[in-house]
Amino acid sequence: MTAQTATPTATAPSQPHSAQRRAAQRRKRLRNLGFFALLAGPNIALLLIFVYRPLLLSFYYSMLQWNMGSSVARFIGFENYVRWFTDPDTPQVMGTTAIFAVTTVGGSLVLGLGLALLLNKKIFGRGIARTVAFAPYVLSGIAVGMLWLYIFDPRYGLLSTLLEAIGLSSPQWYTTSPWALIMIIIVYLWKHVGYVALIYLAGLQGVPQDLHDAAAIDGAGKTRTFWSIVLPLLGPVTFFLLITTILSSLQSFDLIKAMTDGGPLGSTTTLMYQIYVEGFQTGRAGFASAAATILFVILLVITAVQLKFMERKVHYA
Amino acid sequence: MSTTVDERVDAPTPAGTDQPKGRRRPFRAHLDAGLYLTLIAAILVMSVPLIWMFLASFKESGEIYSVPLQWLPEAFEWANYEQVATSIPIGRMFANSVFLTIAGAGLKVFLGLTCAYALVFIDVPFKRVAFVVVIFALLIPSQITIIPNYTLIASLGWLNTYQGILVPGLASAFGTFLFRQHFRSLPISVLEAAQMDGAGHWRRLWRFVVPMSMPTIAAVGLISLVAEWNDYLWPMLVTDNTDTMTLPVGLTLLQSLDGLQNWGVLMAATVVVTTPMLLIFLVLQRRLVSGLTAGAVTG
Repeated sequence: MTAQTATPTATAPSQPHSAQRRAAQRRKRLRNLGFFALLAGPNIALLLIFVYRPLLLSFYYSMLQWNMGSSVARFIGFENYVRWFTDPDTPQVMGTTAIFAVTTVGGSLVLGLGLALLLNKKIFGRGIARTVAFAPYVLSGIAVGMLWLYIFDPRYGLLSTLLEAIGLSSPQWYTTSPWALIMIIIVYLWKHVGYVALIYLAGLQGVPQDLHDAAAIDGAGKTRTFWSIVLPLLGPVTFFLLITTILSSLQSFDLIKAMTDGGPLGSTTTLMYQIYVEGFQTGRAGFASAAATILFVILLVITAVQLKFMERKVHYA
Repeated sequence: MSTTVDERVDAPTPAGTDQPKGRRRPFRAHLDAGLYLTLIAAILVMSVPLIWMFLASFKESGEIYSVPLQWLPEAFEWANYEQVATSIPIGRMFANSVFLTIAGAGLKVFLGLTCAYALVFIDVPFKRVAFVVVIFALLIPSQITIIPNYTLIASLGWLNTYQGILVPGLASAFGTFLFRQHFRSLPISVLEAAQMDGAGHWRRLWRFVVPMSMPTIAAVGLISLVAEWNDYLWPMLVTDNTDTMTLPVGLTLLQSLDGLQNWGVLMAATVVVTTPMLLIFLVLQRRLVSGLTAGAVTG
């Protein structure tokens, strides 16, 4: 190294210096590359192996006539997609998925905002309310499903007692068609409303007091202030919550598994649940992969549309 | 200081402050009552199901299957818990869950930290590509990947093993993203000074970046802890043997064993699954909430 710098060439005096600097830079670049591979490598490798590889493989599997665990597979092109779209179950699955998504998203946004407005008031007991509202969100979906299954028990459940107290008789929640889905929707809302409320609460606390004051001076009442000032200012928060709740609603699995296993007669089988049933119970892995691809495309389109919408809408926050 | 003075000034004339509002008092009282009733209703709806679960876990079957309903158990007996332990190896499952949760959350935080450090502080030409790989992974739900991952894990002979449950979920996109956001807000001058003093990347990461990032690390760690403990779909797919089974999977196993739904026994097992997370939540509520809502602030 030193020998190299000690032999100056006849041309420019600065050249050996820059050559040395270039060598040092190359060494530094190599060292950086090494460190980068060492530090980021494992995580990125895991992402490639367990996220990207299966994503691509899922597209490939969706073109196979192939049963889970079988070593025989036949390439059939888009046949699985044709089968899915013409399957007599598909309208019911998509209907259930849509009803579940719309009611859980709408319900949790409305109830969550209401709860946030309540928690934003300086009243006694709001700390307790905050804690109990959020607690279900950190609990296992399977455990929550199980404990609500007991509450919904048409004979010995807490709910049937309450319904009888007001003169109603309990529906057969587990075994009759609209009620099973309604049951799961109620439990989903119970589990997720605290999260939505806390995000909204953070948003409400970001609304400057000045605006409330200015609105009051202009003669706007509380209701008017809410609709004309607070709600528009919560726009970005609402968009964020819309994305996250739609995505989590479309992917929900645990409650359905614990409470109805997709029944009765498939009336609580969402697209997500269909992937599981087809892939791992009936074993039609190719067909299930086609359904998985369709779910992925739906999720991606929703995210893309909303991100685009957000870019335009969010700026005044 | 100033508050105590204020209080002393206010104290002698409590009526004086109320006077101007006096005329609107009935309406306000009405409103307040409505507010409190709503609050109480909300608290009851959210907490009674959990209280009910705890109570039922101590009730005899006669007390559970009684019409009209019996609110409190006669005596707090552990019989349902004993019944759970004879039906499924719940101790083993608890240990499995604890081990997999701690290992999973720890490794996730470690992988996220190192990856985010590299993405922020190490200059390499393809850094942007690497970041896009991480970000786009956030859009790929794990449910889409279950079938190919299952066939891979099965072909490796990893079904019913700890690594089979753990490894496919280790890659951290969300944690990496949060750490990266935080690292970009760190004072660069501290790191430059450390570099001048000859501290390499490894030392800069552990001695400077990590201590300055403790709240974010705690938040990501806690979210991962909760997610790992509650994880169900993947552990259920890759285990059918109670030696490596986790608690939530054991709970559905118990449900399927129990032909007649024996609510006392099922609620006892549900208490075992939920109590650790409830305790963590009650003790570390502020940190956990700030972690879970962090996505809203950054995203």
